[in-house]
Amino acid sequence: MENKKSNIMLLIANLVVGLLIISPILYALSVTFMTTDQIHTMPPKFLPKNFFLGNYKDVIAAVPIFRFIFNSFLVATVVTIGQIITSCLSAYAFAFYEFKGKKILFIIMIATIMVPGEAIIISNYLTISSLNLLDTYTGLILPYLTSAMGIFMMRQYFLTVPIELSEASIIDGCTGLQFLTKILMPISKPIIGSLGIYMFLLTWNQYMWPLLITSKPEMRTVQIGISMLKSAEVQSFGMMLAGIIIIIIPSIFIFIIGQKQLIDGMTSGSVKG
Amino acid sequence: MSEIISAKKEEINLDPKETRISVKRKLEPYAFLLPSLLLFGLFVYYPFFKTLYMSFSLTNAHGEFQEFIGIQNYVEIFTSTDFINSLVVTMQFVVITTIPSVVIGLVLALLANNKIKGIGISKVMFAVPIAVSSASASIIWGIIFHPSIGMLNNILKTSIGWLIDPHWALLSVAFVTIWMNVGVNFIFILAGLKNVPREILESSSIDGARYFRKLFKIIIPMISPTLFFMVFMDIMNAFQSFGQVNILTNGGPGNSTNVLVFSIYREAFFNGRFDTASAQSIILFIIMFVIAIFQFSYEKKGVHYS
Repeated sequence: MENKKSNIMLLIANLVVGLLIISPILYALSVTFMTTDQIHTMPPKFLPKNFFLGNYKDVIAAVPIFRFIFNSFLVATVVTIGQIITSCLSAYAFAFYEFKGKKILFIIMIATIMVPGEAIIISNYLTISSLNLLDTYTGLILPYLTSAMGIFMMRQYFLTVPIELSEASIIDGCTGLQFLTKILMPISKPIIGSLGIYMFLLTWNQYMWPLLITSKPEMRTVQIGISMLKSAEVQSFGMMLAGIIIIIIPSIFIFIIGQKQLIDGMTSGSVKG
Repeated sequence: MSEIISAKKEEINLDPKETRISVKRKLEPYAFLLPSLLLFGLFVYYPFFKTLYMSFSLTNAHGEFQEFIGIQNYVEIFTSTDFINSLVVTMQFVVITTIPSVVIGLVLALLANNKIKGIGISKVMFAVPIAVSSASASIIWGIIFHPSIGMLNNILKTSIGWLIDPHWALLSVAFVTIWMNVGVNFIFILAGLKNVPREILESSSIDGARYFRKLFKIIIPMISPTLFFMVFMDIMNAFQSFGQVNILTNGGPGNSTNVLVFSIYREAFFNGRFDTASAQSIILFIIMFVIAIFQFSYEKKGVHYS
């Protein structure tokens, strides 16, 4: 009895704290249904008077928001698939082959973790600019097609797969690449899923790189496109927040459906018992 | 594992027809590594050495090399009050974001680490900030911080210019950053708590005083590797913060939120000084490198006191 009561208390405490944490998002959602007059009422209200949809209409009219979403979706998808391919290829070589220079090549790749992206972003900007790739999808995508984290994560997983499996399939006439794509990658689906969801979300939420290399509105990604509304001459809070809600929906959706994979991916290899 | 491979190789080499396969297998791994190596070369190593090189050069407004000037850029940034201020601001920012992020993450993890029915929903709520980008979070909080029609002043019955008052701006940006960090900290610390035996966590949930003794004497020491990992991760994140500053305050008011990455950005893209921006980037790299070395040595020692 005592235990049950304390469980209910604990659950209530959890829900209250949870609501407190997501309250900024709920408040933002609520404001999107308010008219400009309501938003500017003193004191400000938590809930809208009625279900006003003008802010959503305004933001769709003011900026090419569906184009932003398309851009971000394209960039995030290609980056995710690219990273899965390059990470699996490299991890496969490190986990299943013996070759000259293996150790040094591994160190060369993993050492890139030590170089913070922000410290080299200016040089990368100059590279992309000199290749005439500003305002292009290639420019947005190319620098992010591989990652040390992806390689490390996949390698850790591949190392748990017995090498006899590869030897047996080679003897059966499988080429190395066939073994990777037909056997190894299918049995690694969970970890590939984790890496994929993590990378997609990371790329979808990217800010500094697309800010630097895009200037045409039609090449903007969601994060840049929406933050541009803030520097517009006439600021409309309702419209800005409507834009935020539209672009937050895909991330939260992916987060909720891929929660388990995402959490496994983020914590794999970093938390030891 | 390597023994198996070399044994197999010897076996294969006996048959001349199979030798070709083994030669191909020797070259294969290099082919598999090639895409990643090329990308790392072009977008990590080349820009790193280029940044280093530019930091010792004079560049024009397009970032093109003019002449080699030795350590002059470094002398310039370390004698510039703006850059010194930026370092100080960044350090303050790191301290005021890291500690609360880890403490709040720990509290949330302790709250959610039980098997009560319905706890799943609160776990999702605790973790949601992970899915929210710095741009979205900044715009939402920017409106909540608005001095006249913002919710915060209304709730607190104050009239503080959260983002326009130099006393409050850095704290406000830090507050948003903590909110953004909380989800990740929660997830990692919750994963760390999985290693604490359930009896220790459960038997203590009734008596308050006994619980706190247990918390500090047993639970925290047991998950200290995770806590230290999070401290380092939050420190690294804080040093690389940019989006929230760019959107919320633009480095102002009066440089009070001009953190290092924002300073690099402004130096290169607004002042056209790619050379001093490169020198600042190298300083950022060195700071991060030193922190990473600290982390590795801590991990080796193992932060486990029990």
